[in-house]
Amino acid sequence: MKQKIRIAAGQGFWGDLPDAPVRQVEGGPIDYLMLDYLAEVTMSIMQKQKARDPSAGYARDFVPLMRRILPTCVERGIKVTANAGGVNVRGCANAVIDVARELGLAGKVRIAIVTGDDIMSRIDELLERGIELRNMDTGEPLATVRDRIQSANAYLGAWPLVEALNTGAQIVITGRATDTGLTLAPMIHEFGWAADDWNRLAAGTIAGHIIECGAQASGGNCQFEWRSIPNLADVGFPIAEASPDGTFVITKHERTGGWVVIPGIKEQLVYEMGDPREYITPDCVADFTTIRLEYEGRDRVRCFGIEGRPATEFLKVSISYSAGFKAVGTLVYSWPDAYDKAQAADRILRGRLDRLGLKFDQVLTEFVGASATHGPLAGPPPADIPEVQLRIGVRGQDRGAVERFTKEIAPLILTGPPAVTGFAGGRPKVEEIVAYWPALIPKEEITTSVEVLDA
Amino acid sequence: MKVKLVKLAHARSGDKGDTANIGLIALRDDIYPILVREVTAERVKQHFKGICLGDVERFELPNLGALNFLLHESLGGGGTLSLMTDAQGKTFSTALLRMEIDVPDDLSME
Repeated sequence: MKQKIRIAAGQGFWGDLPDAPVRQVEGGPIDYLMLDYLAEVTMSIMQKQKARDPSAGYARDFVPLMRRILPTCVERGIKVTANAGGVNVRGCANAVIDVARELGLAGKVRIAIVTGDDIMSRIDELLERGIELRNMDTGEPLATVRDRIQSANAYLGAWPLVEALNTGAQIVITGRATDTGLTLAPMIHEFGWAADDWNRLAAGTIAGHIIECGAQASGGNCQFEWRSIPNLADVGFPIAEASPDGTFVITKHERTGGWVVIPGIKEQLVYEMGDPREYITPDCVADFTTIRLEYEGRDRVRCFGIEGRPATEFLKVSISYSAGFKAVGTLVYSWPDAYDKAQAADRILRGRLDRLGLKFDQVLTEFVGASATHGPLAGPPPADIPEVQLRIGVRGQDRGAVERFTKEIAPLILTGPPAVTGFAGGRPKVEEIVAYWPALIPKEEITTSVEVLDA
Repeated sequence: MKVKLVKLAHARSGDKGDTANIGLIALRDDIYPILVREVTAERVKQHFKGICLGDVERFELPNLGALNFLLHESLGGGGTLSLMTDAQGKTFSTALLRMEIDVPDDLSME
């Protein structure tokens, strides 16, 4: 058994620094590269892409990335875990196989795909059998939005990925899998942890939580002494260096920017946290109140003492559904009286929307530069504030009404308060709102499968 | 004496649906018990009046010298439904750091 494995995070979200995964692979020793591509609404976008083109529906960026890093991964034996498969895991794997062959790596790359998360075609059958998929937050039954569903996927945990790694695969591609599972699976695979070894599973889960947001664990978005953080231009993404006993060190490659410090790790630990004693994943319930942190050298923070409890009987399901339309328009007002002018423009615009008889579920006005982030806590802006951006958004079920709203912004330049600019972008775009419906499903309803494809 | 939290703690915030979470982290070990005493769920609810429309829950993490707050009904519907600039609650962290609390007069502010 290896006594240490290094798992590197390559992306904090789909759209993160394109070169980060390349630098993780080339910048120093790693054993695994984990790549998280799926935000909550990503699956619905991919479903639409697949409806237009049956070969699409996965994270396309993953394929050119593999073209860049695959030769090095093969040479150094670096394995990749990625939920890049979206709603077309096989299509994604086939595209990577094509790349491998073009690179002359035929016979040298084994890819394993994990499927079973997509329950879109099973919704009616599940509802008929009394599995209600009620909204976890509101308790509403899924029937409320049944006819507007665009995608439905269960979050898979680490174990199907472990099965995939056990086939000897170098690249594991999944659909909807938890980001923590992408990090935990290599540890289970390498160290042979048992399915009821809750403390170690919790430790691997927390390691995953720390690195899953990329550089947010290595100096990015770090409030603690932010001016002192070295060379963020060249920020190194985090690496979890895991040991068989469940302890791990968070670090980054040498000669990279950013930092790995205890206050920064603490910030990432509390990020998007609920009840710290109950961090629930498919694999375990991790207790964040047991985590101990200590320095083990420069840019090295050791995490230990972590305890966990048995996993629940459920998997989380992420369902996306169409929930109307929205548009946001902005204009910038300058000194003098910038704030007053922006407020007057808002009143004028709302008056016109009223006269047009347009109905919206919500109209929201913000004054960027004065109160958009901290609201009333910011207090009144200074009387001589140099400029204020008026930002007004509407949301509703009637696309036509939202469309009409977008035509009322630019006219304010010639028909409203003076000294206004900032309309270079043209008319605001009407966006379809794809909302997210969290639910639970009993684990026995989800059967995953692993398939090996050789390049 | 009264001190703003920004002198005593750092923070990171994020979202889960329409709920914003704020992790508030003491800058030093001796500050954590003061945060536990002063920064109650009720005070945070009061601080975010007009912003947080639901309940505020608080959880303690003494091992990290941190408190975690959940501010329900704070993000204009949350996720893609929200029209807010900060639909993900990223700046709720610094909004909390505006709060002023009572600290012992002899507390070192080094």
